Amino acid sequence: MRFLSLRDAIATYVRDGQTIALEGFTHLIPYAAGHEIIRQGRKDLHLVRMTPDLIYDQMIGAGCARALTFSWGGNPGVGSLHRMRDAVEHGWPCPLELHEHSHAGMAAAYSAGAARLPFGMLRGYLGTDLDRVNPQIRHVACPYTGQLLATVPALNPDVTVLHAQKADRHGNILLAGIIGAQKEAALAAGTLLVTVEERVEELEAPMNAVVIPGFAVAAVAVVPGGAHPSYAHGYYARDNAFCRAWDEIARTREGFLGWLDTRVRGSRDHAEFLETLREGAAR
Amino acid sequence: MSADYTSDEMMTIAAARSLRDGAVCFVGIGLPSAVANLARLTHAPDIVLVYESGTIGSRPAVLPLSIGDGELAVTATAVVSLPEIFAYWLQAGRIDVGFLGAAQIDRFGNLNSTVIGPYGHPSTRLPGAGGAPEIAAHARETYVVLKQNPRTFVQALDFRTSAGFMEGAGSRAASGAPGAGPTQVITDLGILRPHPETRELEFRERYQGVTLEQARAATGWPLALADRVDLVAPPTAAELAALRELHARTRAAHSRPVLPCPQTTSGGAP
Repeated sequence: MRFLSLRDAIATYVRDGQTIALEGFTHLIPYAAGHEIIRQGRKDLHLVRMTPDLIYDQMIGAGCARALTFSWGGNPGVGSLHRMRDAVEHGWPCPLELHEHSHAGMAAAYSAGAARLPFGMLRGYLGTDLDRVNPQIRHVACPYTGQLLATVPALNPDVTVLHAQKADRHGNILLAGIIGAQKEAALAAGTLLVTVEERVEELEAPMNAVVIPGFAVAAVAVVPGGAHPSYAHGYYARDNAFCRAWDEIARTREGFLGWLDTRVRGSRDHAEFLETLREGAAR
Repeated sequence: MSADYTSDEMMTIAAARSLRDGAVCFVGIGLPSAVANLARLTHAPDIVLVYESGTIGSRPAVLPLSIGDGELAVTATAVVSLPEIFAYWLQAGRIDVGFLGAAQIDRFGNLNSTVIGPYGHPSTRLPGAGGAPEIAAHARETYVVLKQNPRTFVQALDFRTSAGFMEGAGSRAASGAPGAGPTQVITDLGILRPHPETRELEFRERYQGVTLEQARAATGWPLALADRVDLVAPPTAAELAALRELHARTRAAHSRPVLPCPQTTSGGAP
């Protein structure tokens, strides 16, 4: 484990063509890391996430992705992801190959990945068309009862990126609140990068809290506000107003590119990005 | 319909009434969440709301915009991981009622929330399955809430995301799905329930001001009517007030921008 700037962490560990998961279920979504991947112009990525939302919409629209493994792709409570839809429906800016699951299926796939088992198993996908469009969803007979169960291949991203509340000086990571499948995605990955709200001397984590020991982490970057417009429990709330505004920003290619160039590509880092949003809000 | 309330309000209130106090409900975002919270704020204070973000027993003061708003976690009895919520709670059979919405429904209560048009070249790419396929399979029963019109009530789904009664009589049981399936479908016109044998949805109850012709015209297949189509009681003043206050609180809460500030990011620890 080492502490790096986010720029150096992405430059060192994220390569074109990799399978990469920026995991988070509404909470603690690593937006700052996604923006840095866009700034550094990574492409041909196979993006993995249960709930691709605004940050994957941005990465897809920016041309970073060739494939997406997911189970629900929308702007929660608002509507469609216009950039993801444009890629799927019109191949813009490049075609996007979909590997589609249900949440339960992806949770099983990450769990298997973390345990280095070849596949995950669930009583799932019953009577749906998902296994017709995703040939990776298969079935196995229970060796004890003969019961038919659905299987999904383990998910083992080359790189998983998380955002968390705290890291201590050894790079031990504390996550609190809604934790999604972050622990599984983290331990399934070849390389784990974490951005945190703050670095502390001691985590002072309650026993049985979600702590990822530093030896399982490749690099930590301290990025306050790194989950915005998602949230970091105990630090700041979800910016639901921004999530609503995104619907309009992303609706057209021109509007999206204008926003991306000004806000993301036009800012040096996340602190500067947040500063431009603050100036916008103050006006 | 009377001008005192909208058909959306009637739909939400009718659905809320159907939830019994104490039931453990797996709740999706949007309309299902409004329905379940209205039930909790009116006749069912001890209803247990389980959100697929892993919050069990949430009691939010405002409706969450997303399935994982902090409000759901802070007010919950327990917050668990996604692998746990789907495996140990849903798949293990601990959910009484699963609440689902969809873009399309067919006569056997099968649902589509994936694509309009062919999967490979969709005219509209929808968000996809999320938790729905396994909620539809494992909840003891599911309630479906969606508006009834020829675009939503279709002869044939473009994609089957979640199974209802599949091809009708007996086919769901043969699939191995443990739950009873969609026992009611609540729309903006009335309530449909499956026929005990054929499992085809029948229009059983209508709202005040809704005609049977209207229900037929809003349905993309020849709509089966129950022998007697009952009239649903209109919303009470208390139900309407609770629903409108909930929506007003929610609107106010979600219109405030929240930017992390340098001064606060080093503030309160979790």
